[in-house]
Amino acid sequence: MSQANVTADSQAAKAVLKANKAKKRRQFLRALFSRKIVLVSAAIVMIIILVAVFAYQIMPFDPNKPSVRERNQGPSEAHLLGTDEFGRDVLSRIIIGSRVSLIVGVLAVIIACIIGTSLGMVAGFFGGVVDDVISRIAEAIRVIPQVVLAIALCAVFGGGVVNMSIILGISNMTVYIRMMRSQVMSIKERDFIMAGRLQGNSNLRLMLHHILPNSVSPIIVTMTQQIGGTILAEAGLSFLGLGISTPTASWGTLVSGGRAYLLTNPVYSLAPGFCIALLVICLNSLGDGVRDALDPRLRGEL
Amino acid sequence: MARYIFQRLGQTLLVLLIVSFLTYLLVDFLPGDPIAAMTGGEISGETYERLYYEMNMDKPVLVRYLLWLKDAVTGNLGMSASYHRKVADIIGERVPVTIYLSLLAFIISVPLGILFGIISAVKRGSASDTAVTLTANICCCLPQFWLGILFMYVFAMKLGWLPSSGFVWPHEDFVMSLRQTIMPVLCLAIGGIASITRQTRSSMLEVIRQDYIRTARSKGLKSKKVIYVHALKNALLPVITLMGLRLGGLVGGSVFVENVFVIPGMGSLLVNAITSVDIPLIQGCVLLIAVFSCVINLITDIVYVYVDPRIKMA
Repeated sequence: MSQANVTADSQAAKAVLKANKAKKRRQFLRALFSRKIVLVSAAIVMIIILVAVFAYQIMPFDPNKPSVRERNQGPSEAHLLGTDEFGRDVLSRIIIGSRVSLIVGVLAVIIACIIGTSLGMVAGFFGGVVDDVISRIAEAIRVIPQVVLAIALCAVFGGGVVNMSIILGISNMTVYIRMMRSQVMSIKERDFIMAGRLQGNSNLRLMLHHILPNSVSPIIVTMTQQIGGTILAEAGLSFLGLGISTPTASWGTLVSGGRAYLLTNPVYSLAPGFCIALLVICLNSLGDGVRDALDPRLRGEL
Repeated sequence: MARYIFQRLGQTLLVLLIVSFLTYLLVDFLPGDPIAAMTGGEISGETYERLYYEMNMDKPVLVRYLLWLKDAVTGNLGMSASYHRKVADIIGERVPVTIYLSLLAFIISVPLGILFGIISAVKRGSASDTAVTLTANICCCLPQFWLGILFMYVFAMKLGWLPSSGFVWPHEDFVMSLRQTIMPVLCLAIGGIASITRQTRSSMLEVIRQDYIRTARSKGLKSKKVIYVHALKNALLPVITLMGLRLGGLVGGSVFVENVFVIPGMGSLLVNAITSVDIPLIQGCVLLIAVFSCVINLITDIVYVYVDPRIKMA
């Protein structure tokens, strides 16, 4: 009888918790999309993602097929943005290039988050020598300007989508280290961690099940705010010829490739750069929106 | 105060030591044979042997690092493999160019950024605030290299007002130098103006909300005085941090602009060093850039204590 009551109670409690969660999520979404600019940004990002997913269905030509007779053409009806020095359709190359930007951006941020969060958590949780070593190394990495660090890492890892993600992941990770370290230091003194420890939970379990879930929202905010900058960095490295190399089309290499033909076909270089700017602007304002919506103090302001 | 400075100095030295070790290790991981890269590969086995020992390749990495560090501290960064000259000399030629351009951009961006930030914070919610905030948000995200190409296309190729690339010092040819530096400096400054505007605006808004501002207002002080004397003083503290960060990244921050406008500065040197796998040059560049940013960080921290005495207690 009492057993049944307990389960019924706990079920009711669970239902309440669930409803609370759903309510919070609705509140978050409402706060997020209440600002027009965030809504517009989200829509544009969504469109770019769709373009990247359905790239092969959308693009008018094979992006890698050269055509000797159609080299360096300006915009025409057949080639809306003209052709490049090998006669490849620029629009198709821009469309397929969206994949590189999005994949590297997301992958690099995930890598940065995983490495940085774990290192920061370990540093904050154990303190002492471990903390000193991790913090000092993080500080040393941080004093090298990010572009310079990424360029130097390019020499070691080489180009390509996966290597670029690793490089940008490493050069972005220090933010997570610092953030997680201070998060953990403030959380680990709280009573529920002590209670968890008294229950005999292992350090690993405490970190993964009790500390990490309580630090999720700053992590998410940092991630959403970093994607734009990471995409910008990838485009920059590719522009310098250090990142994604030809024949793979990426927006950065397209801007760089079109430089020599600014007089005959300016869109070749300017259009992919515009795409980078648009994507990054939208991702950043989306990131700002997420930050403000997650932080109740800022809700309804700005 | 002296104790604080010494403490920070010690920390900076430690960080620099770690940076130099990481730099050394990083380059040590480079794929390819450093001797082959240095000589172009066309050498006899004997020369190879000789170089192998001269470059201490037979010694463990830590010993090699210490030997390298000893040289580096005395200003000997080795010979560049691709330029066949001393690394220190090449860097000595390149650094002033980058510092000149970036410092100009910095000097332009600080007052403009602060001004725009104040305007949009004071007139919060108005049309001018929306315009400033939106422009700043957009300018923050513009890829510098694309901006450079856009400027080049419009001002050099279409309108023909400015030369599209190159660099001369003002004392060599003043008019030419001025014409050549406009576009690069503008490219470098736009991002700075935008981020300083954003920072000033948000910290101004934060400060204006505080009680002491209300007190000042209710005391009957003029609105202008409250904003420019009482609020601005405190609002500028985070802006100083941002300025320090921007100054610290100054030497390495103009890579793209230098690449677009073919300017012989540190950024283009670093990219050249990487593409030609010139190990001593890479090490020299990264080390110098890191030292510069460390020193600026240190100065910022010390300035901060003077500006904000609350820090001293912590």
